[in-house]
Amino acid sequence: MLEINNLKSRIGDTEILRGMSLSVNAGEVHAIMGPNGSGKSTLAQVIAGHSDYIVTGGSVSYMGKDLLELEPEERAHEGVFLGFQYPVEIPGVNNAYLLKAAVNAKRKHQGLGEVDAFEFLKIAREKMAILGMDPKFLNRGVNEGFSGGEKKRNEILQMAMLEPSLAILDETDSGLDIDALRAVAEGINTLRAPDRAIILVTHYQRLLDYIEPDFVHVLSEGKIVRSGDKSLALELEEKGYDWVHEAATA
Amino acid sequence: MTSENIESIVNKRYEHGFITDIETEAFAPGLNEDVVRAISARKNEPEFMLEWRLQAYRQWLEMEEPEWAHVHYPPIKFDEISYYAAPKSDDDRPKSLDEVDPKLLETYDKLGIPLHERARLAGVAVDAVFDSISVATTFKGKLADAGVIFCSFSEAVREYPDLIKQYLGSVVPRRDNFYAALNAAVFSDGSFVYIPKGVRCPMELSTYFRINAANTGQFERTLIIAEAGSHVSYLEGCTAPMRDENQLHAAVVELVALDNAEIKYSTVQNWYPGDENGVGGIYNFVTKRGDCRGVNSKISWTQVETGSAITWKYPSCLLRGENSVGEFYSVAVANNMQQADTGTKMIHIGANTRSTIVSKGISAGKAQNAYRGLVKIMPQAHGARNHTQCDSLLIGKECGAHTFPYMEIKNPSAKIEHEATTSKISADQLFYCRQRGISEEDAVNMIVNGFCKEVFKELPMEFAVEAQALLNVSLEGAIG
Repeated sequence: MLEINNLKSRIGDTEILRGMSLSVNAGEVHAIMGPNGSGKSTLAQVIAGHSDYIVTGGSVSYMGKDLLELEPEERAHEGVFLGFQYPVEIPGVNNAYLLKAAVNAKRKHQGLGEVDAFEFLKIAREKMAILGMDPKFLNRGVNEGFSGGEKKRNEILQMAMLEPSLAILDETDSGLDIDALRAVAEGINTLRAPDRAIILVTHYQRLLDYIEPDFVHVLSEGKIVRSGDKSLALELEEKGYDWVHEAATA
Repeated sequence: MTSENIESIVNKRYEHGFITDIETEAFAPGLNEDVVRAISARKNEPEFMLEWRLQAYRQWLEMEEPEWAHVHYPPIKFDEISYYAAPKSDDDRPKSLDEVDPKLLETYDKLGIPLHERARLAGVAVDAVFDSISVATTFKGKLADAGVIFCSFSEAVREYPDLIKQYLGSVVPRRDNFYAALNAAVFSDGSFVYIPKGVRCPMELSTYFRINAANTGQFERTLIIAEAGSHVSYLEGCTAPMRDENQLHAAVVELVALDNAEIKYSTVQNWYPGDENGVGGIYNFVTKRGDCRGVNSKISWTQVETGSAITWKYPSCLLRGENSVGEFYSVAVANNMQQADTGTKMIHIGANTRSTIVSKGISAGKAQNAYRGLVKIMPQAHGARNHTQCDSLLIGKECGAHTFPYMEIKNPSAKIEHEATTSKISADQLFYCRQRGISEEDAVNMIVNGFCKEVFKELPMEFAVEAQALLNVSLEGAIG
């Protein structure tokens, strides 16, 4: 589904990704771990198409298409979803309104008719019930005054509504207490599907206690320096990031 | 998200920029007593009206142009303006739409105002003003049955001189300010509304103004009188064709609400704002004031202002009657080189008077948008209350938002609240929306509409839709 080959990217004059490669298939859950500044969030932003991140080399192929050629909204229409580390507040814009616009933008791209308000609310309420969310969420401004946990849950709700093929969840566990973490993780687990790939970007192993990844990759200085199964995460937890860093530079 | 992208969105061209080719009969430029006499004669006005105009003209000569507003423009050459223009068909006024110059109707069509159909379907009576004179009036019969008078100002001067004598200038005196005095001297036409005692006006009243002759000052005058226990909702909408010369517009609107009466006055204004370099565009210097003269009366101003090169406008309420209520809901958009200095004045005179101000200013391009509001509580206004909310939204890096709230509180029992916010459409917000599959244009639209929601919900339904569409045009292009 996703083929990243020797990807290089900078922000401003700072080179961050320095030739990273990754292959992700449908149905898989990959965890990308690494110390601060290793390029985890940069990878997420480059895949989503943020214009501050300049791609200087390499390629990203998604479902056979050159992903880097597409505008951010086109990537979204093609099924790429980014769960933001810091979801922005959009005061005055109703959460339901944004969600409905997003769902209909994608449906339009797929040549499907728009869902009307009633149909939309019905689907949204079902998804919220599965995720254990209060329907009142829909009537609030987008992330306006949301707690950290609410913002992250809102991201998962958006993912559930948009049913992406590829979801990159950037530090979805950051800033959450243990109950919120469990709730978000359960939400993500319900969204695991054979036709969907999920990339979890995380600093800590604890998210992986709740969501079991098929693969774990360690990113260091803009490259993947080690890949393995979930036991790699536990090893990292025990030995710390210095260990992989030393292994990489040795 | 780059700043160029934002610019390309906000730099959508004015869509109503075209000129209708109708021969216009206009006076030679310049202003003196003879011009004032000629205007009055042209309209077959009674003597009292001419006298009133002449006194206004003499007062105007002694007045100074105001300079306190946060706007900048070259001096206006009042001698180079023509003070009267009328479509040539004036002598032979159309009795029905069939008799109206087809090019005129075409103009309305281009503006998206299919007059007859729209009027019938929406149940709106339209008194259409083209240049300075009314050319079509519909639904008069239905209004007449209810006893409502809705006609051009000129007609009212001839047909209802007593009402005019009683109320004209009673809210905005001739010498209220420089532009009000100028208007009083040379006003060309406008609308007159009279709602009799206890009558609820059976339909929304609507007028479309349009400036169409080069170098023609446009001086509208509107007077609305709501007798005790009556209710009226009046809608005013404006567009103007593209021009290189600046055009001066100095209108006066007077509203009078007697005991228990309610007037709702809604405006959507879309005059030519000038091009992206600030060339051309309308100078809009307007005096709008409502007088809550009776107990429990209510006057509500709602405005959506997207046009004009310069806007200088403060729809106000004089809250004289006990328990009377004044409201001001405003969206003011300034893009490119536009300058807006707008707001309201709430003058609390009677006891237990209440006022609400909700002002939403949007600035984009290099525009400067200022809110200027006065809340004045007079010594006898016991228990007066005001709530002011004043929000600014900035799009891009080169625009400005300014807030000038004034408060004069002379009664210690007053309760005054003022809230103000300034926010910006950030690149992060736009990227967030795009990542969810929503185009940049739709995202800006969505954020702006969300920002203006509180004001839009005050507009009559069909106007709310139009206002939203207008905002899309001014900021990002028409979206169906």
